[in-house]
Amino acid sequence: MSRKVLRTLKSRKSILAIVAVVVIALIYSSAPTALGISTSTIDFYLNLTMIMATPLILPTLGEIIAELSGVLNLGLEGIMASGAAAGVVVAYTTQNAWLGLLASIFIGMCLALFFDIAVITFGADQIPTGLGLFFFGLGLSGVIGDPYAHKVLKYRFDKTPIPVLKDIPLIGKFLFSHDCLVYITLILVVFFYFLIYKTKIGLVIRAVGEDPGAADAAGHNVFLVRFICVIIGGALAGMGGGYLSLAFSPGWTAGMSAGRGWIAICLTIFSLWNPAYALIGGWLFGGIFATVFSLQGMGVPPRILLMLPYLLTLVVLALILIVTKGMKGAPSALGIPYSRE
Amino acid sequence: MSSKVKVEAPSRSSSKETIVQMVGITKRFPGVVANDHIDFDIRSGEVHALLGENGAGKTTLMNILYGLYQPDEGEIYFYGQKVRIKSPKDAIRLGIVMSHQIFRQVLRFSIAENIALHTSLGLILSKKEIERRISEIANELGWDIDPNAKIYQLSAETRQKIEIVKALLYEPKVLILDEPTSLLSLQGKLELFKQIKRLKEKGLGIVYITHKLDEVLAISDRITILRKGKKVKVLNTSEATKEDLARYMVGRDVLFTLTKTPSKKKGKPVLEVKNLHVLGDRNEKAVNGVSFTVYEGEILGVAGVGGSGQRELAEAIAGLRKVKTGEIRILGENLTNANPRKIAERGVGFIPEDRLVKGLVPELDIKENLILRMYFKPPCRKGLFLDEDFIRKYCDEKICQYNIVAPDLSTKVKFLSGGNLQRLLLARETSWNPKLLIAAYPTFGLDVASTEYVRKLLLKLRDMGSAILLISEDLDEIMMLSDRIAVLYEGKLMGILNAEEATKERIGLMMTGTPKEKLPNKTDKDT
Repeated sequence: MSRKVLRTLKSRKSILAIVAVVVIALIYSSAPTALGISTSTIDFYLNLTMIMATPLILPTLGEIIAELSGVLNLGLEGIMASGAAAGVVVAYTTQNAWLGLLASIFIGMCLALFFDIAVITFGADQIPTGLGLFFFGLGLSGVIGDPYAHKVLKYRFDKTPIPVLKDIPLIGKFLFSHDCLVYITLILVVFFYFLIYKTKIGLVIRAVGEDPGAADAAGHNVFLVRFICVIIGGALAGMGGGYLSLAFSPGWTAGMSAGRGWIAICLTIFSLWNPAYALIGGWLFGGIFATVFSLQGMGVPPRILLMLPYLLTLVVLALILIVTKGMKGAPSALGIPYSRE
Repeated sequence: MSSKVKVEAPSRSSSKETIVQMVGITKRFPGVVANDHIDFDIRSGEVHALLGENGAGKTTLMNILYGLYQPDEGEIYFYGQKVRIKSPKDAIRLGIVMSHQIFRQVLRFSIAENIALHTSLGLILSKKEIERRISEIANELGWDIDPNAKIYQLSAETRQKIEIVKALLYEPKVLILDEPTSLLSLQGKLELFKQIKRLKEKGLGIVYITHKLDEVLAISDRITILRKGKKVKVLNTSEATKEDLARYMVGRDVLFTLTKTPSKKKGKPVLEVKNLHVLGDRNEKAVNGVSFTVYEGEILGVAGVGGSGQRELAEAIAGLRKVKTGEIRILGENLTNANPRKIAERGVGFIPEDRLVKGLVPELDIKENLILRMYFKPPCRKGLFLDEDFIRKYCDEKICQYNIVAPDLSTKVKFLSGGNLQRLLLARETSWNPKLLIAAYPTFGLDVASTEYVRKLLLKLRDMGSAILLISEDLDEIMMLSDRIAVLYEGKLMGILNAEEATKERIGLMMTGTPKEKLPNKTDKDT
């Protein structure tokens, strides 16, 4: 084999990619085996994977933007929870799912605004502030959502398969047989990929997170860039929460975000701050969730099943740290407040 | 105090109008007044040098003009109009551009990306266009720059060039150059000066910040000298002499050359290095079979082009880098690959090249840095605790002895200027009369007064019996201070010359690969 091919194969990204593909293949092969091999089962499984991936990809995209600009927001779980609750409340009240979605996004932006004021305007330590946001968001979601607990939501996003595309074997069920929000999510992945790597705005965001002193001296407003990026992050996390309550379940239950916000933080690192890898990571974890769902009632102890996604999170994080020896690829100024003097 | 704004009437000899006028600028940081009611103006078609020691306030003043700092008092006028520059964006919009001493470049990005980042170039600029403009300016300067190289791959000299190219890309009205030549070769300097002259003819107002007297005399038209935050003097370059400038900068006469007493009889060997092999950061052979001895009461200078293995050699002796094979003996004891603390306790002091990385801890304060060698033993330590009284007395003493200027013992070291950092390091590493002192580039980046101080101190230590290993790129310094001179080239020792037989030409030849045995014989013409 040529040296270049060998070098590419040995590179860290390739190892991670190969591991990911192997794991995915194992998951995919085990699920059908457990249920009996049939194409419809595989289709179902792929479909479920994408559904499970969406509420992970959305907050991850948001956190990628925020972290690329240098801000570490640990409050994602709280934002998702509040987004879910707000979505349900407004959807019921206005009898319109889209308005519910807007509410999820809006509350996500508001929570991010609080975070911004604390962390950027006042330079507060980002980690404890993020944790505080998590608790606050979680509690807020309970306060808003309780009256609607366990009610099935009529106003929701229904599945809207795309004609023609939905009939493509495998991919059809995987990507094109979902509700609108999934399609929007996929579009957002492409959008953010281009934004970050192909536009000047993306360059500025990355510079601000990498070396805010250089960006400042070049004339950019570091504080404004970070402010906006965090709000975008909040909007996306809120949207992720909205997806859970308006399309996925639908309806609100306490604790429905089930730690997805935290998984998203792991995914941000796993994706090397790249939306394309975030998508793949989303599928990886979506696949685990799908496996958990499929294996229910098959004799596997339920609590072990429930543990699997979080176990995978730990394994992935450990792998990343070992393979890349620390968070290589992390924006260099991540978590450090910027000041001129 | 400052006068009202006046726009300079065109004189007969040149049509220089005043672009910027800074009036009564004052800036205070905790414990220190960095700028004390300074007036400064910039005229078009003129190079105005801003001269002063490290810490005199030159960079602070220009940072205010560039919008990175806000003045506590004072005003800025642009073509006679009062302006408020709240951020670099405002400065750039006025046409004021700055090339910084501490590079403002994103390491992970390529050169082209760094330049694309500059708002002065507008929001939309195609990659080709940027590459073309970079090549244009680089070619004019005679510099070879690949726009797609990533900054972290580049040498310090190249990065300095990029900092300058960045400022030149946007044809500014005012160009501020902060220590632009500290990392340039002689050739690079000459090219830069040519470019500055060209820009001057185009009508730019140029501010040249430096502490190097030769450069000021070579390139500037007017000179403003700052000392301890105050404006001490403004004069035309044509009327200035090196001695005058030094005196204004420091407040007294400064010695540029020191004479040393002839070395005493050779004492016992203090440092013995035998066939040392040390690997560098990229697993390359940095030190490749080097052997030498340093005796009591002598200074062994180590000359060599940057990257010849000096850094790795110094670190290996100090215990900070693994020795692959070979032996290091200090006062007869084999201390190869010994624990750095053990080596330090044996009487070895180390002044490293990167002072804030391997010498001092920037986030700790002056007290803590000063006791870094001794906090774990009495008298600093009293049982389980630190003896605060002793520490404070000890530090006050050292600050006085070594002329360290700092507002407070609890000031974090990262706020100190270069000269003070070095004095702090010296206080810590030499005040107890080390048996062996390893000094790497001890006067690099220091102003005239601090340089004089360090050199005097090294000679004093030598006279008192310390063995000193002096690594320096300044040949004048090596020749001034050393009793013997060793030359490294690509990790190998080219030979050791005695001070009497050393000339710049011979050292230069050895630095580029000629071993001592192959040197042409010394003629009477050698100086």
